[in-house]
Amino acid sequence: MKAIWKAHKEKYLLIMPFAVIFITFTVIPVFASIVISFTSFNMLELPRFVGFRNYIDLMVNDDVFLIAVKNTLLFALITGPISYIMCFVFAWLINELTPKVRAIMTLVFYAPSISGNAYLIWKLIFSSDMYGYANAWLLDYGLTDVPILWFDTKKYVLPILIIVQLWLSLGVSFLAFIAGLQNVDRTLYEAGQIDGIRNRWQELWFITLPSMRPQLLFGAVMQITGSLSVSQISMELAGFPSVEYAGHTILTHLHDYGFIRYEMGYASAIATMLFFMMLFTNIVVQKALRRVGV
Amino acid sequence: MSRKFRRRNRSIAGDVTLTLFLGVFGLFSVWPLVFIINNAFKPLNEIFLFPPRLFVQNPTLTNFQDLAIIVGNSWIPLSRYIFNTVFLTAIGTAGTVIIGSMAAFPLAKYVFPGSKLMSRLIVYSLMFNGTVTALPNYVIMSKLQMIDTYWAVVLPAVGSTLGLFLMQNFMVQVPDALIEAAKIDGASEFTIFWKVMMPLSRAAWITLIILSFQALWGATGGSFIYTEKLKPVSYALSQIVNAGVARTGVASAVTLIMLVVPVLVFVISQSKVIQTMATTGIKE
Repeated sequence: MKAIWKAHKEKYLLIMPFAVIFITFTVIPVFASIVISFTSFNMLELPRFVGFRNYIDLMVNDDVFLIAVKNTLLFALITGPISYIMCFVFAWLINELTPKVRAIMTLVFYAPSISGNAYLIWKLIFSSDMYGYANAWLLDYGLTDVPILWFDTKKYVLPILIIVQLWLSLGVSFLAFIAGLQNVDRTLYEAGQIDGIRNRWQELWFITLPSMRPQLLFGAVMQITGSLSVSQISMELAGFPSVEYAGHTILTHLHDYGFIRYEMGYASAIATMLFFMMLFTNIVVQKALRRVGV
Repeated sequence: MSRKFRRRNRSIAGDVTLTLFLGVFGLFSVWPLVFIINNAFKPLNEIFLFPPRLFVQNPTLTNFQDLAIIVGNSWIPLSRYIFNTVFLTAIGTAGTVIIGSMAAFPLAKYVFPGSKLMSRLIVYSLMFNGTVTALPNYVIMSKLQMIDTYWAVVLPAVGSTLGLFLMQNFMVQVPDALIEAAKIDGASEFTIFWKVMMPLSRAAWITLIILSFQALWGATGGSFIYTEKLKPVSYALSQIVNAGVARTGVASAVTLIMLVVPVLVFVISQSKVIQTMATTGIKE
């Protein structure tokens, strides 16, 4: 023990301040939540241990949870990969521009993420009366005779939420990719040209992507956690509860039990399930990313 | 970077297509920003015009004047709220960047007892949703007597793992040879951190400043801060906006004002990200 400390003292000292804060305000609360997930806890009485009952209820007795899982997976399966690719492609294209134009374009693309809840504009677009942009446009072109009740029609809810989420895609990963592209060793490109790289696509696959592996891994984790934890846009746009649970996700389900019914044990079980889903997805995605550029 | 260098391996057709592509998507993305700016200068009748117009027809400063009057009558002076926000944001951002980077360096470049476990915990914690941890968090804060202090907002932000994870993934790329060379020169780990790792991961920590600033600037303190004079400005302004439909004009002015600072920070920081490594990149 003493020998280990002696050999790595400076490293531990560097980590120490973060570790103390991280353990106090992140690790302990997470473990506490996992413990709570094995109890019945209404935030008034003391928690009562119930074993795996919350988990069993969740998987066997809660039909709405199954709808939520289905919606979340469908949503994540579409928005996750597309957002990820968009983040990279836009960062990469912007990187080709001259520095001044590049700084402006970065702001332009990051605008949806920096403008707070600007996504509420989509409420105007998909407003249910004839004045909503989408309806006005469809009526003008004679594609429909009556205004469509977008958020009150089951089949439209999820697709609209997907569009909005894609519009919001260029966030943290996008900025990480922009920064990552600055780190790529420029001489590799010159060397690549001598080695017979002919166009920008080959350059991308054989030089840029492999040089950015750490950023790609970072972006993947961001994308997985982001696309599986959608809730706010669903609740703000589709309402809560949404029509026939069309916009119900794992996190809106959690919100329901945590903040409306005050069943914290059940809510914590939902959070734990979501955690394992993300963990599993992450393992799969990280494996796939190892094959980039080879 | 010479002009000739930039043109390598680039076809004109490709350049044109990609520029068009960027342009179309750019318009799509920048729309809310343009909308917010225009809205702030619209008189009430234009704000309530339905369907709404993007561009203002008769620009006016009424919304800002109304806001000034409301703010002037507030019980606690606006300057106090602004001070709170600036303080929270500055301390929180500095803490996140410095403390996070300090921890990221050993985790990125060395293997030692506990390093693997720590790295795992960091990634895992990103995957656990914050809504259910809020309750245990509150209990811990109250045990530490931090409820209703700035620390209740600052410390969880500093302890968030996003920043560390970002820094860790950039620091991995710093060549070991540079660290070895510094060691041969007799540098301590602290010196290496400050003189080698930080300058070489500038693009990363500037990005982190943007993310941290943006998060803290909008923080309202929620249930963790309840004393009125400790509340941040975003809370005070949201109270003004919440007063109802009559404040719609003022609300649009508030939205613009709250947005100006993060946008400025973003633009300045981003241009620095781009300048830092424009010629070099990281080399072995």
